[in-house]
Amino acid sequence: MTKQTYERPFIQKLNTGTMNKFGTRTEYTPVTQIDGVPVKKIIEEYGSPCFVISEKTIRKTYKDALRAFKTRYPKVQFAWSYKTNYLNSVCNIFHQEGSWAEVVSIFEYEKALNNGVPGNKIIFNGPEKSRADLQKAVENESLIHIDHFDELYELTDLMKNIDKKARVAIRVNMDTGVYPIWDRFGFNYENGQAWNAINKIMSQEKLDLVGLHCHIGTYMLSANAYSIAAWKLCDLASHIRNKWSKTLQYIDLGGGFCSANTLKGSYLQGADIIPTMDDYAEAITSTVLNFGFKANELPTIILETGRALIDDAGWLLGSVVATKRLSDGRRATILDFGVNLLFTSFWYNHKISPAQEFSFHSEEMVLYGPLCMNIDVIRENISLPLLNKNDHVVVHRVGAYNMTQWMQFIHMRPKIVLIDMEGKTHVVREHETFETMNRYEKNPAHLKEFSI
Amino acid sequence: MEINKNIAISDSGFIFNPTSGDSFSTNHIGMKVIHFLKEGQTPDHIITSITEEFDVEAQVVEKDLQDFFQMLENYQLIISHG
Repeated sequence: MTKQTYERPFIQKLNTGTMNKFGTRTEYTPVTQIDGVPVKKIIEEYGSPCFVISEKTIRKTYKDALRAFKTRYPKVQFAWSYKTNYLNSVCNIFHQEGSWAEVVSIFEYEKALNNGVPGNKIIFNGPEKSRADLQKAVENESLIHIDHFDELYELTDLMKNIDKKARVAIRVNMDTGVYPIWDRFGFNYENGQAWNAINKIMSQEKLDLVGLHCHIGTYMLSANAYSIAAWKLCDLASHIRNKWSKTLQYIDLGGGFCSANTLKGSYLQGADIIPTMDDYAEAITSTVLNFGFKANELPTIILETGRALIDDAGWLLGSVVATKRLSDGRRATILDFGVNLLFTSFWYNHKISPAQEFSFHSEEMVLYGPLCMNIDVIRENISLPLLNKNDHVVVHRVGAYNMTQWMQFIHMRPKIVLIDMEGKTHVVREHETFETMNRYEKNPAHLKEFSI
Repeated sequence: MEINKNIAISDSGFIFNPTSGDSFSTNHIGMKVIHFLKEGQTPDHIITSITEEFDVEAQVVEKDLQDFFQMLENYQLIISHG
């Protein structure tokens, strides 16, 4: 006789009185497959925990975003934000779709070159570019987005010995009505610093000012802020046209578009409050179109969108290590991944689903990671079914930042698996081993032996 | 361990304690355990009965029962004699 499926005994006190206006929310629907590939099979084959990336979702999200802008404006160019996820396979999907590369360090720059991106289609952002980095970017005709005067002076000095022009833009920071203002990067618009930098560049023969750049913030809940930013960049471009008779090739609105993740402290779910890609596109393109540029002088709009293009395409699969009861009666569930792999759990209340069927009962619980550190909390409070040891869970929308900001701390990093357009799985990054970590250590001879 | 004999349990797992006025919900296995306790069964007997009927190891049931009994005690549904 086949035995029945076991579920641990569970009892819950029923409380009357005040209730959440949305009712009790449970993240209960099991996610048993991703792009048609069973979660159980992925874990059996590649281990737990394991990151999964959907090529299909990346391409669809990208196409949707491109459509939102291109149906409104004739000249649009996306540049893939390497820091958001610089796995070569992910970058190359975006490059295949037509994205340039947007990098913020020489490491990322080398990655883009190594991926085959032409030098003149790499945007080099960031506050730290060495003289050697700048030289390489000039030689490759990359777009150098100058962040501060020290960089401008360094580049000006460097160009004395180079027999070609550097293609540059400046990063502009500004008040867009969203606070705090991100003024640590670039030159300020309101106090005239940006205009000052522009004039210095325009007076240099070997610096070719081709564009203007801004990046007004991250997870921007207001599309209108982009309208203000676009207007201020257009204003600068217009002044450049008037004073220096120079037409800029592009304005770069940077990134900062939201994904549907829910920020910690947010009363409403992320998906319910974020602007759509069409909202952002409408705010930016209508501002530029209505600014007053002649038709043949319309600048290309460059977008460095990262999070909004990749978050939905990433999942983290994991397993339950143990369940226990805390001293105050709360249920605690320990998972085999923690903040070491899920860096964004510091910012988001990630949606987490069970990967197998359960009964309709659910309980409130804390989700802890496996680290022997008190900070390792994935969700402070979540309602999930009655999880048991070895059950699997699926964390949603982890494509942005986790695979670049993850930490090798206490545990080593796991495999990353890509599901291609045909539903085939590929390991796109191997898991780390003891040898991976030990390879870079050097032990002085006098510390090699001991007796205890 | 002795269950409060007054408590009422419905077929759907709704529990009412007339002494305190509190109500609770429990799952299928929780109901079974409470019925066993009402019948005066020992924890060992409950573990054996569950492992015979369900696909689970005894040590898992033992751990889960320990937690369940603790919750029943906290909710004043059982009286533990130590």
